[in-house]
Amino acid sequence: MLLALFVGVLSIAPLARLVSAALLPQGSFDAARIGDLLGGRRVVEATLNTLWIATASTLLAIVIGTLAALLAGLTDMRRRTLWVFGFVLPLMIPPQVTALAWVQAFSPASPLLGPLGLSLPPGTRHPLYSMGGIILLLGLYNAPLVFLSVRASLHRLPASLLEAARANGARPLQITRDIVLPLVRGGIFAGAALAFVSSIGNFGIQAMLGIPARVSTLITLIYRQLNTYGPSALNDMALLALLLAGLTVAGMALTGWLGRRGDQRVDGAQRAPRMALGRWRRPVAALAWAYLALCLVLPLTALLGTALVRGVGQPLGADTITFENFANALFHHEGIRQAFFTSLWLTTLCVAVLIPVSVALGYVLVWRHGWVARGLRLASELAYALPGIIIGVAMILFFLRPLPFLGTGLYGTVWVILAAYLSNYLALALRPILGGFAQLDRGLDEAAQLTGAGIFARLRDIVLPGLAPAAMASGILVFMTAINEIQTSVLLVSSRAQTIGPMIIFLEEAGSTTLAAAVGCLMVALVLALMAGSLILGRHLPEGVLPWRD
Amino acid sequence: MSGIVIDAVDKSFGRTEVLRQVSLSIEPGEFVAVLGASGCGKTTLLRCLAGFEPVNAGRIDIGGETVSAPGRHLPPEERGIGVVFQNYALWPHMSVVQNVAYGLRIAGVPKPEREARVARVLEMVELGALASRRPADLSGGQRQRVALARCLAMESRVVLLDEPLANLDVHLRGALEEEFAAFHARSGATMFYITHDQAEALALADRVAVMDRGRILQFDRPEALFRQPASETVAGFIGEGRVVPAHDIRPDGTGRAQAIVLGQPALLRCAPDEKPRAQAMISVQPADLALLPDPAPAAIPAHVTRATFRGAYLRAEVMAGQAAPVALSLNIAAPASLCRGQRISLALRDGWVIPDPAALSSSQPARTDR
Ligand SMILES: Nc1ncnc2c1ncn2[C@@H]1O[C@H](COP(=O)(O)OP(=O)(O)OP(=O)(O)O)[C@@H](O)[C@H]1O
Ligand SMILES: [Mg+2]
Repeated sequence: MLLALFVGVLSIAPLARLVSAALLPQGSFDAARIGDLLGGRRVVEATLNTLWIATASTLLAIVIGTLAALLAGLTDMRRRTLWVFGFVLPLMIPPQVTALAWVQAFSPASPLLGPLGLSLPPGTRHPLYSMGGIILLLGLYNAPLVFLSVRASLHRLPASLLEAARANGARPLQITRDIVLPLVRGGIFAGAALAFVSSIGNFGIQAMLGIPARVSTLITLIYRQLNTYGPSALNDMALLALLLAGLTVAGMALTGWLGRRGDQRVDGAQRAPRMALGRWRRPVAALAWAYLALCLVLPLTALLGTALVRGVGQPLGADTITFENFANALFHHEGIRQAFFTSLWLTTLCVAVLIPVSVALGYVLVWRHGWVARGLRLASELAYALPGIIIGVAMILFFLRPLPFLGTGLYGTVWVILAAYLSNYLALALRPILGGFAQLDRGLDEAAQLTGAGIFARLRDIVLPGLAPAAMASGILVFMTAINEIQTSVLLVSSRAQTIGPMIIFLEEAGSTTLAAAVGCLMVALVLALMAGSLILGRHLPEGVLPWRD
Repeated sequence: MSGIVIDAVDKSFGRTEVLRQVSLSIEPGEFVAVLGASGCGKTTLLRCLAGFEPVNAGRIDIGGETVSAPGRHLPPEERGIGVVFQNYALWPHMSVVQNVAYGLRIAGVPKPEREARVARVLEMVELGALASRRPADLSGGQRQRVALARCLAMESRVVLLDEPLANLDVHLRGALEEEFAAFHARSGATMFYITHDQAEALALADRVAVMDRGRILQFDRPEALFRQPASETVAGFIGEGRVVPAHDIRPDGTGRAQAIVLGQPALLRCAPDEKPRAQAMISVQPADLALLPDPAPAAIPAHVTRATFRGAYLRAEVMAGQAAPVALSLNIAAPASLCRGQRISLALRDGWVIPDPAALSSSQPARTDR
């Protein structure tokens, strides 16, 4: 009951409030207003841009992600584990940092390409500040999502199907084309759905590249709407958010439908044997590592290079190198420090609340059935799949008015951000835990029930010990996602409540690029430390919960 | 031609040795069954033949060409072999026709000929009517027929089958067994058939290889396995054989021997080169024992521990002999009644003196086929 209330207050109520604010601003349905707003030139343009960007970048992510999954899952390439780690890593780096790093890497004053004589002539427009740049970065950013999904399908592919094809005389490339690709189709489309949703809702890249390039998308439109005032501003924002949500759901439904048609459920206990690359091993490996160098090492080094000089465009050398930016970011800049600590404790609190809730919720969802359970699950999944900015808008609307018993509104305080986090990440926390429950034997719990143990005693003594690894994995995932998060909090931060995620955008907008780069480097370092830590713990975690582990 | 020579093949996964010094020489067009308990390495042997696994030592020749040896490994797609898998391994996204035609398509067989060949093999396995179905819409037996048709269409000279009937019910097995026999007769292909069901192996195969813990114990015709087992393990494994101790073996040099079994003299079969021995183990099948109208001279006394009705005959489990009783079983023709504890007299009409393991171990037990 309490659980239903929790999910209800955090997921369902704000979304309901969003819908009502969007469609019934003064308590009545006004079709003319909706038509005016959605038919406006700005909105139509932003919608078309959004659709085109999301579709094109999803296609790019499909191609790259699928190739990478085939390479890592089916061939005998050496050092795959390290390569997979490097390939999945960008997914864990906050998108605004990625965007900043790429901008630095390919700017006319690039600290890296400059010395090599490869950089663009000064004065040219930055190539990434364009529609193409947004598509490229979103595609690269989301490729690991497709990769993970396709790799999961590959792992379920029965070895004998591939062996039968070899016995029939098919060569590795023919097998890939005729047998493997058709059979992992479901995985490709599932990954495409994720990539599409993630592209649509990726505020970091769209804002960092799109605002300077004047490529307007729905999400940046919503963001800028917040800064315009007027009687209907909030309701208009709600309507745009609803439009964005509609696009998201439509995209998911479309890819889901495409993927299901002719979907082949195959399940194999035996891992497929790896195909020998033979004389292609060297070229293929070289290409794979070059990809990582270009898409991971180059931007991050450029970011580091920018963070180490005093002003953008300065060449990096023994005489210009300085740690001032890092010192500022860590010790002197009051705002950054506060934002960092706010993020830290918000995230910690969020994990501390979500894990127990998820364990309890998982117990209900897995071992009890019924429409309440299904409804709860659906609501939490929806809140997770919808772009974070929509949750942000919903939270503003929901908490804008004074709360009934407290008498004051929460708007503008960190508590709104916490509420948004809880709502947004419940599904993320829930997934590994559901996986953990599925591996537990129901009989253990029932046996304890027969001895007369109550539900709390059973949770404590029987369920939790077996579930600890899954709960830990879930905690790590939520922590890593929330600590650098931007989509939700960018709308909710105020002078009283700052988080670290949007900081980069604000610093960059204010022109302190080198300081932004330093903060970005620190965020990447934090992510790397967390990932490395989780790998050390990884031996105790169930297989498949940590995406960066091969 | 399409004979297979497996010469002293070793295969291990990490530190577990799965195949040890396996040697078999298979004639072109022969139907060979490999029989053995679960986990003894049958599938591994098949996978080495097919080229899915490299070997650690030894050599495999197919049709006179060395396909596997340390440092040489012809990939499966270049071996021209057909494989029928236990779980059928049909491609779920292709229809029956597409499954059967795939190998021909890969081989570049022109479309009209391809279609004609596919139609012909589907007719042979009586699946013409189901040609456009997906594997998911077929029964287990039909799926295995499609897998067979896929092999037939390729006209492979060597066909490997890994427990192709294990997932099917008894009735289907009988029908498909006939199908395999017909397939073999029609195609003339060399067949290498893995099973753990000895009835299947003995019924289908020209020769049967009995495997145990990675070694070939004996490779011989079915009736030879049954009547002349080379070791105690084979004797206990094949049919319902029992192994009984015997004394004072006096061979006559023509494959017959006098001996004392359970305190009574008996005339047994033995290898022509069998030497006189004080002790030996002999293999006894239920049919070798006869019930005597009691009490007779030179009879083996026994008492019944269990009698079960088996339709055409009565199966009796008995403890025979006086000093150290041995468990035996025998079949008694139908109008008979025995009850538990009843004392009876037996005669041993036949038996096989198992060759001396000490003499054998100096030569290679796995090479009995050479
Ligand atoms: N890829 C592998 N890695 C490690 N060990 C393996 C591998 N494949 C098989 N084995 C081991 O080799 C031994 C023989 O396996 P194999 O599959 O050949 O047995 P089998 O005779 O076919 O058994 P069954 O009748 O149950 O199919 C087993 O102990 C098995 O655990
Ligand atoms: Mg097997």
